[in-house]
Amino acid sequence: MIKLILTRLAQAVPVMLIVAILTFVLMKLLPGDPAVLLAGEGADLDKVDALRRELGLDRPLLIQLGSWLADLARFDLGRSLFLNQPVAEAIVERLPVTLSLAMVAFVMTIPIGIIMGMVAAYWRDSWVDTAVMSLALVGVSVPNFWLAILAIILFSVTLGWLPSAGYVPIDEGLWLWLRSLIMPAAVLALFQIGYLARMTRSEMLEVMDQDYVRTARAKGVSELRTVAKHAFRNALVSVLTVSGYIFSLLVGGSVVIEQIFALPGIGRLLVQAIMARDIPVVQGTMLFLGFMFVAINVLVDIFYTVVDPRVRYD
Amino acid sequence: MTDKLLDVRDLAVSFRTDRGWIPAVDSVNFTLGEGDALGIVGESGSGKSVTALSLLRLHAERNTRIEGQVLWRGRDVLKLSRGQLQQLRGSEIAMVFQDPIHTLNPVLNIADQIGESLRIHQGMTGAAARRRAIELLDTVRIPDAARRVNDYPHQLSGGQRQRVMIAIAIACQPKLLIADEPTTALDVTVQAQIMELLRQLRADLGMSVILISHDLGLVSEFADRVMVMYAGQPIEMAPVDALFDLPLHPYSDGLISAIPDLDSDLDRLPTIAGSIPEPTRRPAGCRFAPRCPHQKADCRNTVLPMLEAGGGRAVRCTLHVTDKRAVA
Repeated sequence: MIKLILTRLAQAVPVMLIVAILTFVLMKLLPGDPAVLLAGEGADLDKVDALRRELGLDRPLLIQLGSWLADLARFDLGRSLFLNQPVAEAIVERLPVTLSLAMVAFVMTIPIGIIMGMVAAYWRDSWVDTAVMSLALVGVSVPNFWLAILAIILFSVTLGWLPSAGYVPIDEGLWLWLRSLIMPAAVLALFQIGYLARMTRSEMLEVMDQDYVRTARAKGVSELRTVAKHAFRNALVSVLTVSGYIFSLLVGGSVVIEQIFALPGIGRLLVQAIMARDIPVVQGTMLFLGFMFVAINVLVDIFYTVVDPRVRYD
Repeated sequence: MTDKLLDVRDLAVSFRTDRGWIPAVDSVNFTLGEGDALGIVGESGSGKSVTALSLLRLHAERNTRIEGQVLWRGRDVLKLSRGQLQQLRGSEIAMVFQDPIHTLNPVLNIADQIGESLRIHQGMTGAAARRRAIELLDTVRIPDAARRVNDYPHQLSGGQRQRVMIAIAIACQPKLLIADEPTTALDVTVQAQIMELLRQLRADLGMSVILISHDLGLVSEFADRVMVMYAGQPIEMAPVDALFDLPLHPYSDGLISAIPDLDSDLDRLPTIAGSIPEPTRRPAGCRFAPRCPHQKADCRNTVLPMLEAGGGRAVRCTLHVTDKRAVA
């Protein structure tokens, strides 16, 4: 098991390197010069040149890339150009917000998505199936920024039940924390619920046609147990894969929602950094998200061994 | 009819497909007494497995229609509520399927899969069910049962898996065991061992057995009576010895001739010309008529019932029956 984790993390290194280089190249392709932005409007050219030299942006691209990678190897993500703090610190500061949002959305997604998928599969081709799957289709089709605005109008403006924006840290009270996250998390979860429900349904349909499900029925196992134990345990491997993917998306994909609900998370940091051409922050954040993807995949791999006795890594 | 364990009357099964309802099996009638061993024989598509699965209503409910009666000790299985059906399955009537690679649940261990029916039907606790599971593995002769009980199906060989399936089936000492092609997916040597095990268990537990197979030779060594099916209907019912001495239906005759004989020196095995008709293209009269060497003018449009042939035999053919009386 430890060997598995170590090999997977080692395999992550080349992946991260590619992410690092791609991010670097993309940032260089973007129009806009950080030195100009940093110097401020109407600054004279000498000042901009001086800043550019100071930031090392006048050096050849390969040298810039090389020195950045060398810093990375020492776990140094560099300093933000605008925030006046190290990139690592900027990420760590905003991480709890993004993780909180992702967790709450994930906790909403998993049970609802799975149960919807199972219900639809069990009553396949009936009106129940049609109703549940239509709902799931709505979930994956409705743009979440639009839904977010509607939700704010209803729950914050009209009913006044929930705050329309802002984040409350968990140490100021569990309820206040949760209240600040319910709406953005629900909006975020809706798409994922639809996606998970569709995946679970198709996986369950496949599994319920298997011979061992018939064996369970022939033993006198009740319908509920047949579906929940014999069938679902076998569908779980795929559901787990999808769940890991969903969590990755939630951690990295909250950009729009964080923006609408004014949550100071990683997604918002990334967008602001791109706008400001704050290259070290963009690169650092992208790398961090890449690392999260790899880490979540390792976790999913470990869960496979728990769920399916046929999977072994030794 | 109380001495009859199982009495199947006019069983007919059809499946819903994109092209509407397709009849798979019809006119199935047979009875089974306590301790009887009945063989159901036929080629692929003859309806033998469909018949077997119908006895416990194991077809997918939403696209299957089962008509007729399946009287189990006087009660119609087709009319039982879901709860009553679940009580019957696995406790009084158990089933062993073909292809043990796919019939055991890959993510549950053996102890759980055997113990499950004990927990359901006999109210055993986890520990007691586990002990009994080990005993059952011993009974079906899996060596080192106490350790193997923790294994998962993929850790066992094909023959061992089928033994586990049998252990599951006999866990609650059923009165009837339905074995649907139990050895088809196995090696010939393993096949003989499994049949020997079934024979022994039948004697020890006093179960009735319905053995379904395409292999007439296999069935003849196991069963007392044989029902031959063709294109969704039984076409001959006879005690095993009588059937081999003189098959009354030309199809049974063809099947028996096709069994290789070690003493004769043949270059080619005799076969029955043609192939079994699809369910949607079955002839109106005798379904075997187009392939029958003894075909007469009216065979193709006369629908025959099973005719009484004496000696506990019945046949859906007039070739050897002079006194044309339908079986009551």
